[in-house]
Amino acid sequence: MNLLEYFARHHREILQATLEHVWLVGIAMLLAVAVGVPLGVLVARQPWLARPILGGANIAETIPSLALFGFLLPVPWLGDRAERIAIAALALYALLPIIRNTAAGITGVDRAIRDAARGMGMTERQILFQVELPLSFSTMLAGIRVATVLTVGIATIAAAVGAGGLGEFIFRGLAMVNNQLILAGAIPAALLALIADFLLGVCERRLQPARS
Amino acid sequence: MSSETKRTAGRSSLPDAHPVIEFRHASYQLPDGRALLRDLNLAVERGETLVLLGRSGAGKSTALKLINRMLEPSDGAVLVEGRSTLEGDPIELRRRIGYVIQEVGLFPHFTVEQNISLLPRLEHWPEDRIRARVAELLQLVGLSEAEFLHRYPHQLSGGQRQRVGVARALAADPPILLMDEPFGALDPLTRAEVQCEFQDLQRRLKKTIVIVTHHVAEALLLGDHIGVIDAGALVGLHTPKDFMSATEPVTAAYTANVRMFEKLEGPE
Repeated sequence: MNLLEYFARHHREILQATLEHVWLVGIAMLLAVAVGVPLGVLVARQPWLARPILGGANIAETIPSLALFGFLLPVPWLGDRAERIAIAALALYALLPIIRNTAAGITGVDRAIRDAARGMGMTERQILFQVELPLSFSTMLAGIRVATVLTVGIATIAAAVGAGGLGEFIFRGLAMVNNQLILAGAIPAALLALIADFLLGVCERRLQPARS
Repeated sequence: MSSETKRTAGRSSLPDAHPVIEFRHASYQLPDGRALLRDLNLAVERGETLVLLGRSGAGKSTALKLINRMLEPSDGAVLVEGRSTLEGDPIELRRRIGYVIQEVGLFPHFTVEQNISLLPRLEHWPEDRIRARVAELLQLVGLSEAEFLHRYPHQLSGGQRQRVGVARALAADPPILLMDEPFGALDPLTRAEVQCEFQDLQRRLKKTIVIVTHHVAEALLLGDHIGVIDAGALVGLHTPKDFMSATEPVTAAYTANVRMFEKLEGPE
């Protein structure tokens, strides 16, 4: 039985697993953006917080993913359901590039532009939301893009704790020494990563601030 | 300086009783103790243009930033319309003071319209009043509304950007205008053009203006008074007329520079 036939026969399950995968990554990314962007702003605004925040995110990045899933198992509430563990771990991995790029985008805004905004009588809040963040969008999005591609890959490991997704095929394939099964998980995962990369790349270029 | 400023008789009514901007022994030093400005005493009367002339790093921009509280004096005081800048809300103070810096100060992600209307919008003006004001300002600085309203700063020439910068600073009709090297990024010909236009604008609007520059010609052209700043201190204060005959060394160095060019034109 060749690969195409296998895909055709199991397209329902593969689609189901792909949707689970997208769901895990999507929720994790929403969480990571919701936490990472404010942290990035903090890093840019309060340099003394840069070290602990970036250091913390860096450490999360270095924990092997399989171990991280394991570490989260005994955590109350989180450990109750496999998806919760998976989403929390994925969000942790996504944090670093988002924080770093948000901070880089904001500190990269031309000093003269900030000065002009301040001199005109804009409040710090108005400067952040109307000037600094809009001018950092494309840099921020570049971070989100890197994080998304990263998480699509790592999410396959979430199947190890029973969170579902395309990793199910890969783990089953590994256990049964069945290459077709592995590919049934690996190919859609790779495609997902490529599609996410492409779409976010388009957004990134669209948001590129016009520079003089 | 107030002694040499002619006050029109009968205009000593309350609002004019004090200078619009006044430095009283104002000093500014960095946290590391380096003094950028030492014991500055200066007054700018209503409707007058003061030019602060000096080398880069002499402290003239520092003086300017003390006026709108971008910086706070470490000693002495700066008074705007009779009140210390440290009293009250800095945001409120800055909104009554137009601020123009070199062309880079325009927001690159905003159109000309959005740049100019930013402050009126922040002040919640009604939409039709904003539209009318933007049209009025574009006309004032000589830019066609139809052509420029929806352009982005990077689609403008240096001179056009400069005009938009002035229009933006005037948007909420502030009584005071601060300009930090406003024509600094322009080529000499455009610069001369914009300067002349600005001179015209100055006469019509009667704002109280402080301009920072290192161009002596600009100072002579635009200033009612020229304050020469060197190494953080005011070393001379002259009208353009007596500027040329000033004997104090830093000013004399500037006038020598001007004379050198006059010599090139040859004796007639």
